[in-house]
Amino acid sequence: MTTVLKPAFQRPVSLKDVQTHFCPGCHHGTIHRLVAEAIDHFDIQERTIGVASVGCSVFLYGYFDVDVVEAPHGRAPAVATGVKRVLKDRMVFTYQGDGDLAAIGTSEIIHAANRGEGITVIFVNNTTYGMTGGQMAPTTLPEQVTTTSPYGRNVGSEGYPIRMAELLSILEGVTFSARVAVDSPRHVLEAGKTIRKAFQCQVEGAGFAFVEVLSACPTNWGMNSLKANERVGREMIPYFPLGVFRDHTAKAGKKPQGESKLSHLGKKS
Amino acid sequence: MNYEAFMAGYGGQGVLVAGNLLSMAAIIEEKNVSYFPAYGVEKRGGAATCTVVISDEEVGSPVIGSPGAGLLFNQLSMDKYFHRIRKGGFCLINSSLIDGEENREDIEILRLPANQLALETGDARLVNMVSLGAYVAHTGAVSLESLKEALKEVLPERNHGFIPLNKEAIDRGAAYAMTGTEKSRAQR
Amino acid sequence: MNKRLFVKGNDALAMGAIEAGCRYYFGYPITPQSEIPEYMSRELPRIGGEFIQAESEIASINMLLGASACGVRAMTSSSSPGISLKQEGISYMAGSELPGLIVNICRSGPGLGGIDASQADYFQAVKGGGHGGYHIIVLAPHSVQEMYDLTMLAFDLSDLYRIPAMILGDSVVGQMKEALVPHSYRNPGLPSKNWAVSGKGGRKEQSIIKSLYLGDGELEAHNLKLHERYRILKEKEVRYEGVELEDARLIVTAFGSAARISKTAVRMAREVGMQVGLLRPITLYPFPEQAFRKATETCGRVLCVELNAGQMVEDVRLSVHRDAEVFLYGRPPGAGSQPTPEEIFEQIKKYYEAIS
Repeated sequence: MTTVLKPAFQRPVSLKDVQTHFCPGCHHGTIHRLVAEAIDHFDIQERTIGVASVGCSVFLYGYFDVDVVEAPHGRAPAVATGVKRVLKDRMVFTYQGDGDLAAIGTSEIIHAANRGEGITVIFVNNTTYGMTGGQMAPTTLPEQVTTTSPYGRNVGSEGYPIRMAELLSILEGVTFSARVAVDSPRHVLEAGKTIRKAFQCQVEGAGFAFVEVLSACPTNWGMNSLKANERVGREMIPYFPLGVFRDHTAKAGKKPQGESKLSHLGKKS
Repeated sequence: MNYEAFMAGYGGQGVLVAGNLLSMAAIIEEKNVSYFPAYGVEKRGGAATCTVVISDEEVGSPVIGSPGAGLLFNQLSMDKYFHRIRKGGFCLINSSLIDGEENREDIEILRLPANQLALETGDARLVNMVSLGAYVAHTGAVSLESLKEALKEVLPERNHGFIPLNKEAIDRGAAYAMTGTEKSRAQR
Repeated sequence: MNKRLFVKGNDALAMGAIEAGCRYYFGYPITPQSEIPEYMSRELPRIGGEFIQAESEIASINMLLGASACGVRAMTSSSSPGISLKQEGISYMAGSELPGLIVNICRSGPGLGGIDASQADYFQAVKGGGHGGYHIIVLAPHSVQEMYDLTMLAFDLSDLYRIPAMILGDSVVGQMKEALVPHSYRNPGLPSKNWAVSGKGGRKEQSIIKSLYLGDGELEAHNLKLHERYRILKEKEVRYEGVELEDARLIVTAFGSAARISKTAVRMAREVGMQVGLLRPITLYPFPEQAFRKATETCGRVLCVELNAGQMVEDVRLSVHRDAEVFLYGRPPGAGSQPTPEEIFEQIKKYYEAIS
């Protein structure tokens, strides 16, 4: 009897074999992997289109081996709407940070969600603007010190952190809305399942799916990787509770998906 | 030949329908035509005006400062536009609503009791048709036949039952113009 | 012969877009162009297309970006304040080499201004409009027929050069009704859009639509590539109309609705024996520089008529022969401020009489 040994750990096919530019301890790499695993799980790499946002996540096409459209800051849900309306049988996802989605792009995310666009949105919340150097984000926690809230976020003048997963969950157009974290093995496994469910929602034509992922930004938080990772559980989760806030996947059923009209496209070798 | 008809009244008098009908008649006659509507800032009870230019050549400007003809449906339009009609031109005045004796020696004037003629035809809303019939009969910008033929193109399907009545109104206006202008010429 | 229809300019534009194969429309209501989204919302669902009334002008231009990235013909339309909001997306489309049609049925400004016919968005349209040093193709129809024809041309040029295209009109050409002879669209042999995203679908290489270039020298090379395309546009795609330029002693120039009004003024001048011609740019970008240069070799005076306080006149001055004099009759837009042919004729007389 021969035993076929399966590798216990390998890179997802839809993730490129490259080193990331992300800082040590940043959770983007983990989240990228979970998204890629979901794409592999449904075997949809060949028909997936990613929409990149502005921020640390802009290099989406550098890591995911899928077609990608780059969107202006905050506009990824509108760009994804345009793509999905043309290519109805393709899988379209956006990958956005908190400045992109919860500040400059609030209008686009709310209305794409409200229309029930059949897209999957991955929202990375690390309570700060990463790429621009650690400024205050709409998700920055009360009293949190950032480069533009040097005395700590004052909720009296700067308002409270926005809980996007809950906010979107009250919209009738939303099929699935959840928040996960990737700060522990248990949370990573849970996050992987949830992201997979958000893609399944699209694969089955069930409508708009949203997953918020709590994420560490050691560099801009001024912490080492371990301390930053700890902060997610200690400070973020109490304010941003994990869980599923809306799940109508069972109810939504299969929405009719039109055929894409691609006869106009030439073949690329 | 070149005809410019500037029409003005208040909303509800069918000024824009009249402009459309005249333009469509020109299209039927394979002439070149432009129709340009302009509304007042007011959305209710405001002024409605339009300019129709009919030509055998390419139509130039769709807006004319001093048009060759004016169809003035109410007093407000009279006050505002009467003086603008080009010297040697023609003005149709709805005498049912414009009483004054305002006159100009340098243009031809037809005082048409349009509201009265419309009522006599059977519907107060036929003011625009009566006026258009008179204008066309007087100027020959298009034929009365084309004007009537254009009715089915311009009126919405649901109003096609009223086409015979509209035709009657056009004829009544035309008949008045044939006698009316002579009268006004004689007065001068 | 095709039937002559009696159609409003905005409707003719929408008809031309559909005939050219546009099946995707994204927009937000604003006067005086709402006939376009109304027409599209009625017609597109019947022919398998998509109409979205977006939450904002910003969203609609980005939906256009997304649809265009998939390789289909798509469009948005708006009026001046809405076009300002779209500038971000237009810059990204230009940087991402995406075609697409943007319609501006211009109204008066600045700010909320008014809804009167205006040409005050000329600079914004032809000089780039958004950030980053780019151009888009700008076509200026002056009749209902051209609203139809130039819309088709805009899609063709936009696809051929991978540059967004704009139709720049106003409420005169948008609201005016004239005879329209519709005709079938013919593809002029455009290259296939093998750059579009579609899902890799067996391709080895990803399709990536982007405007971010961070490698050493990459962005400079990208810009130079775009500007080489603009140069080719100037060489090959300039369109203008010349009326009686041969013996002209004064050339009137205007585009769009101002050109329409000027045509009658020029005719009035000719009727009294004045040697006046008209040069009407149809492509505002690429601007007919050579046509102005050539026409002013023999005619030393140009009168530029615009429904603004003077914008195109700057491009005219840059284009004419060095000895030519350029005069401006600029009428900033607003209620009651639309110039008449008679007023333009007065200006013609003023500058014509100064010659002799």
